[in-house]
Amino acid sequence: MKFTRRDFLKTALSGTIASVLPLGGLRILKPGEVRAEIEKTNVRWGFLVDTYKCVGCGFCVKACKLENEVPYDAPVTRTWIERYVILKDGRVFADTPMGGRDGFVSLKVRETEIKPADIAKAFFVPKLCNQCEKPPCVQVCPVGATYQRADGVVLVDRSWCIGCGYCIMACPYGVRFFHPVYRTAEKCTFCIHRLVKGMKTACVQACPFGARQVGNLKDLNDPITKVILNERVAVLKDEYGTKPQVYYLGLDKNVR
Amino acid sequence: MKTHVYRPLIVVLVIVGSILLARQFVVPPDFGVYERGFMYSYYRRSNEKEWEEFKVKYRTKQYCKDCHSDKYEPIVSSKHKVIQCENCHGPALEHPQDPPKLTVDKSRQLCLRCHAKLPYPTSLRGKLKGVEPAQHNPGMECSMCHNPHKPDMEGW
Repeated sequence: MKFTRRDFLKTALSGTIASVLPLGGLRILKPGEVRAEIEKTNVRWGFLVDTYKCVGCGFCVKACKLENEVPYDAPVTRTWIERYVILKDGRVFADTPMGGRDGFVSLKVRETEIKPADIAKAFFVPKLCNQCEKPPCVQVCPVGATYQRADGVVLVDRSWCIGCGYCIMACPYGVRFFHPVYRTAEKCTFCIHRLVKGMKTACVQACPFGARQVGNLKDLNDPITKVILNERVAVLKDEYGTKPQVYYLGLDKNVR
Repeated sequence: MKTHVYRPLIVVLVIVGSILLARQFVVPPDFGVYERGFMYSYYRRSNEKEWEEFKVKYRTKQYCKDCHSDKYEPIVSSKHKVIQCENCHGPALEHPQDPPKLTVDKSRQLCLRCHAKLPYPTSLRGKLKGVEPAQHNPGMECSMCHNPHKPDMEGW
């Protein structure tokens, strides 16, 4: 048999292509995956909290409750502020009266009088839904009433929720609660109705000191993305593997 | 096949069939698996729209500034420029149509949210000007002496 130069080049070329071509390129996509590719979003909402800037005024909690029709005087809230007072002798005091809705006006923490001279560090930590990349609250829903949008926001379908409460138990951050009026699971929506209109969330808008900021984590020019990429930020309960997307500046080990 | 096997089999098939039929009516047509896969996005798609159409109540400073420029101008040149009008005046909603008048929170409690002195060293709160609420004219409204729109007490 004669093996010409042309044959050699042909065989070598086709062999190279065959070995380089990844098998993944021939994968059959599920309908959902195809849809996802077509409607691919370039938005991923994230949040940045600067605990140095928070003064505990509670305007964010007030604004959130009124904006999102969370019963004002019921002991439930989508976002809240925790106060941590750490004394020089190592004792830690923490409280969140009414979720910090009316601010913090006294040195007393849970009926304990604290002398200013004893304080080593004291600060406020605003909390809200972390809109986790791997939300355990969504995994446990038995009926598909809670879900994660393509832009990362986890929502609850009130007409589909059966009120079993699994998600409330599953959230490691204690963010979910029962809505006293709708009697379904309730959570922070990142004010998605405002974000889609180009506004900031109600809590971010109400914050006088810029302690709360919301932004698109897929946009590298977004001010909060820059901070998250370049500064030393932390997340809450990283060890749970939920990949929370609310980042904190100045977090302390006493904050849980 | 004997009837004692045949009959229950029909019953089972009818039950399964009717469940499948009922499912067609009960489950909304847009219920399914979307972008994040079965684990994270198995839901009714139209619910996203429902949340997006939720009513905006806090309209921000920009909504106030054109009609109330007499109040807006002094505040943006003062230290209180960081505070949204609606933080004290309440959500604007569809004002001036609905509600025609907003209820202002003039309470002492509102000012004390920031101005009750808390000497916290590692928080911005410690750097804010504050008073001891029990000693500084207790029981009086702050706005009797201080103008919240001109907090530096100029021309007051």
